[in-house]
Amino acid sequence: MNRPFRPVSRLVALLFLGLLAGVAGAAPAKVAAAADLRFALAELAEQFRDDTGHAVSLSFGSSGTFAHQIEHGAPFELFLSADEAFVLRLADAGRTVDRGVLYAIGRLVVFAPHGSPFEVDEELRGLGAALADGRIERFAIANPEHAPYGRAARAALEHAGLWQAVEPRLALGENASQAMQFASSGASQGGIVPLSLSKAAPVAALGRFALIPTDWHAGEPLRQRMVLLRTAGEAARAFYAYLQTPTAREVLVRYGFALPGEAPP
Amino acid sequence: MDWPAIVLSAELALATLLVLLPLAVGVARWLAVTSIRGKAWIEGLLALPLVLPPTVLGYYLLVAMGSQSTFGRWFEALLGHTLAFSFTGLVVASVIFNIPFAVQPIQRAFEGIAPDIREAAQCCGLRFWQAFRKVELPLAWPGILSAAVMTFAHTLGEFGVVLMVGGNIPGETRTVAISIYDRTQGFDHASAGAMSLLLLVISLVTIAISYGLVDRLLRHRRLR
Repeated sequence: MNRPFRPVSRLVALLFLGLLAGVAGAAPAKVAAAADLRFALAELAEQFRDDTGHAVSLSFGSSGTFAHQIEHGAPFELFLSADEAFVLRLADAGRTVDRGVLYAIGRLVVFAPHGSPFEVDEELRGLGAALADGRIERFAIANPEHAPYGRAARAALEHAGLWQAVEPRLALGENASQAMQFASSGASQGGIVPLSLSKAAPVAALGRFALIPTDWHAGEPLRQRMVLLRTAGEAARAFYAYLQTPTAREVLVRYGFALPGEAPP
Repeated sequence: MDWPAIVLSAELALATLLVLLPLAVGVARWLAVTSIRGKAWIEGLLALPLVLPPTVLGYYLLVAMGSQSTFGRWFEALLGHTLAFSFTGLVVASVIFNIPFAVQPIQRAFEGIAPDIREAAQCCGLRFWQAFRKVELPLAWPGILSAAVMTFAHTLGEFGVVLMVGGNIPGETRTVAISIYDRTQGFDHASAGAMSLLLLVISLVTIAISYGLVDRLLRHRRLR
C-alpha cells in the first residue's frame, strides 16, 4: 500500500524546488510603453543596457489600459504614453513624480498588405474608392476607446469623410500593435496604424504605406508624453534621462517619430 | 522562446498546486460524505469558474485586489505593493479559477470509496486520521494526481484572468499564454509558434495522463 504514495511525494519535492527557483536577481526597471514604441524602444533598451548595465523590462500595450492599470496600483516605474492626456491625468491623481516631458510626436499611415485591393495615398482617395465599391471587407485600427492611435485614426477617417463607410467594416485592435498585426497579416485589407511600426523591418516587408497629414487628426495630435511614477528607482530614472539624449532621439526619428518642438517632416 | 515566461508559468502552476491541493483534498473529502442542506449550492459555487467567462472573474478580482478597494489597500499595507499586477496576485487568481479542476476529480475519487471500507477501517480500530491516511488517500490518489495534473495544465493555459489582473509585466506576470499573445503582436511568429507548440504538447500529455488515471480509478472499482 506504500507504492501509490511515491508519485505524490515526488510531486511535493518538485513543488519546493520550484518555489526555491523563484528567487531572482536585481530587479530591472519596469517600463509601460505605448504599443507604437514596440520596435524603437526595444532597440533603445538594448543600447541602454549595453551602455549602463541597467536592465529594462518592457511591457507594451494601449496607453489607456496602462493608465487604468497604474491607477489601480500596477508597479510600473516609467510610463511612455502615446498621448498627453493619460499622463496628465495620472499626474493630477498624484501617481507621478512630475508632469513628465514630451518625447515624440506620433505619425499615422494608411497601410495595405501585399495583394490588398486598394492603393495607398496620403489623402485616402484609394481607400475611399475601394470602400465605395465594396472591395474592403475588414479594415483595422486600434480601439479608439483606450488607444490614442485609434482615436487619431478615427479623426483622420472622419476628416476624409469615410468614417460612416468604414465603421461597419472595422476590426479593432486592443492596441496599436495589434491593429498593425491585423492590418498587415492579410486577414484584413489594410488599416490606419503608426508609422513607427510600419517602418520597422519585420512589418515594412509585408505591404505598402502612405503618411497621413498631421492636420487630418489635429484634434488627436499624438503628442507622446512620458513620466516617472512615484515608485521609480535608479534604473528607471536613468532610462528616463537616456531617452532625452540626442542619441536616443536619433533612434526615435529613424523609426518615424517627429520630435517635439520641431516641424513635422 | 520566451524562457522567463515559461519558467514563470511553471512557478505559478506549482505555487497554485501547493496552495490549492491541500485545500481541495479537505473540501472534496467533506463534500464526498456530507449530506447537508444546500450542498448543491456549495458545489455550484465551487464549479462556477468552469462556466464564468474569465473576464468576469478577472473584473471582480481586479476590483477586489486593486488599490482602490479596502481589501486591496489592506494587502498593499501588508505586502508593500498591490495584489493586482503582482505574482502573488496571480497565485490568488489562479487558485480561485482552478478550484473546480482540483476539487471535482478528488471528490469523485472519495465518493468512489465504498462506505463499508470506511466502516471496516473504523472496526479495525483506526482513528479518523489513520484511516484517512492509510486507507482513503491511497484509494483516492489517482483522483488527486489527476486534479494536480489538470490544475497544472490549466494554469499554464489561462489567459483572460491573467491578462486582466496581471497586466503584462516581464518576469512578474507575463506567463507563456500572455507571451504568445504579446509576441504575435510583436511580429515574432517564430517565438509565438514555438511556445504554442510547447503548450499544445503539454496539454495533450496532460489530458492523456488524466484520462489514464481515470481509467485506473474505474478499473480499481470494478475489481472490488
